[in-house]
Amino acid sequence: MKETVIKADRLTKKFGDFIATNEISFEVAKGEIFGFLGANGAGKTTAMRMLCGLSMPSSGEATIAGFDVYKQTEKIKQNIGYMSQKFSLYEDLTVKENIRFYAGIYGMSKAAIKEKTAVLLQQLQLTAEENSLVKSLPLGWKQKLAFSVAILHEPTVVFLDEPTGGVDPVTRREFWNLIYEAAEKGITIFVTTHYMDEAEYCNRVSIMVDGKIEALDSPQNLKRTFNARSMDEVFLQLARNAKRTAD
Amino acid sequence: MKQFIILVRKEFYHIFRDRKSLLIIILMPIVQIILFGFALTNEIKNSNIAVLDHAKDKASTTIIQRLDASRYFNVSLILQGEKEIEAAFKTGKIRLVVVFQQGFRESLLHTNHAQVQLIADASDPNTATTVTTYAANIINDYQKELDHNDQLPYTIEPQIRMLYNPQLKGSYNFVPGVMAMILILIAAMMTSVAIVREKEINTMEVLLVSPLKPLLFIISKAIPYIFLSLVNVVTILIVSVTLLGVPINGNIFLLLGEALLFIITSVSLGLMISTFTKTQQEAQMISLMALLLPTLLLGGFMFPIESMPLPLQIISNIVPSKWFFLIVKNVMIKGLGFTAVWKESLVLVGMSVFLLAISFSKFKTRLA
Repeated sequence: MKETVIKADRLTKKFGDFIATNEISFEVAKGEIFGFLGANGAGKTTAMRMLCGLSMPSSGEATIAGFDVYKQTEKIKQNIGYMSQKFSLYEDLTVKENIRFYAGIYGMSKAAIKEKTAVLLQQLQLTAEENSLVKSLPLGWKQKLAFSVAILHEPTVVFLDEPTGGVDPVTRREFWNLIYEAAEKGITIFVTTHYMDEAEYCNRVSIMVDGKIEALDSPQNLKRTFNARSMDEVFLQLARNAKRTAD
Repeated sequence: MKQFIILVRKEFYHIFRDRKSLLIIILMPIVQIILFGFALTNEIKNSNIAVLDHAKDKASTTIIQRLDASRYFNVSLILQGEKEIEAAFKTGKIRLVVVFQQGFRESLLHTNHAQVQLIADASDPNTATTVTTYAANIINDYQKELDHNDQLPYTIEPQIRMLYNPQLKGSYNFVPGVMAMILILIAAMMTSVAIVREKEINTMEVLLVSPLKPLLFIISKAIPYIFLSLVNVVTILIVSVTLLGVPINGNIFLLLGEALLFIITSVSLGLMISTFTKTQQEAQMISLMALLLPTLLLGGFMFPIESMPLPLQIISNIVPSKWFFLIVKNVMIKGLGFTAVWKESLVLVGMSVFLLAISFSKFKTRLA
């Protein structure tokens, strides 16, 4: 059994009477690619925000890299990377300035930033564009850059909130190559998505319906259990019973 | 500290990349001060005036000659009766009517006291003040000459009537006023917009997930605007002194120090606005409505606070610009020292501390 990096135990978030996330429990191992699926409004983003320390849980327990989400949010912040649903680089800064800025707020040294930046730019084939403003880049490049920036400080876990929204299939494939490379380096990937083809790329997948985790297993096992040909069918079988509509 | 430098540098990138806004920030004070300045010092040379001389004696004719000879006035109309005064103003060319009562010289020589009536077109109140003051000065000069010749002092008392706008504003008010206005705009609005923008473009989320300290983030947002505001103060002062001839009578360092204090108050206001707004537009609207409008209406430089109804007078006390306006007027125009403005300064310090305390406690490190 590999080292556990994310551990959630009956984690719950209530907004007044509304239970956004209802007693979810799961564990994610180091280097795992964990897919977090669910329809819009199922509670994915809320769950993820609790794990990142952006949102205080109403009840339940959770630890990230061994740190408690209630008391040790500062430690957690040092150990995670985050890429949000909507693209989050500064459009009026250049590629290089964005990298330097985000690396800087994680307290990386000048030398480390310089070295990492060079490697990253080469890997993304962006060396020629290092002094271009980010707003001039195509969306797919921006997203790949945002991901690379999120893992620049080598976090234990990186949280990706629907990172590939609005991107063409080719770029999505390239994006997933980056995710695999990161996972091989031992970075745990926690990714929400509603592209079912992407769910197939994950080591394990959890499917949330109405604030609860209804299924959690590898894509192969899920397909077998639900007697389905694709993850799409698995998802539809589960989501059909949902009472909540999209937010 | 290294983090801090990185943050501040990034803010300056944002500001310098946005050329249009930067240009507005730099040029706005200059344009404003020139606009206000020329509205105030509007052409008082060679103003056309009319005289109604019931006396037609030596004294009245001398005064009329002197008025005509001065570079401020042209006696362009001789009126024959009171009824023509109104008509003279209605032509729009006459700015001032000087009326001498019958027996002007006699009453001056025998009772040592005579009256001249100065009637001004105060639909343009600034010009009206200026022309009446000039005319009164010329009359006073004449009176002083008479004093030299005789033992007993003669007094000619110019009686001034302002037509159309009996409540006049004072002069020299606009430089301190524009300063308060510009600083509120730049420091408060820009700071709030800069912070709220991070929320709007979602970078705030990423920053909140990072180990960055909120305090550091907030200060780094404020620093560039404090700097730009100081640049504005200096431009306003340079333009006032060189182009408008408004002198800095007090200590320049005290003035700059007080300006810095007011900038900090404004920035605190901006921070507070940013804690409860979600979009840049919202922050902008609130800044304009809640800051600029009270500055203009209750700051004391457009409308004198003393003549407001009591409730408004009380409300005006929570408008920071009111206090800053008093400070600048006292230091810059009247040339007073710190002892004259320490109360007002203390009010601004108190306001800043209060606002900063609220902003820091309300700044959300968590989203929900």
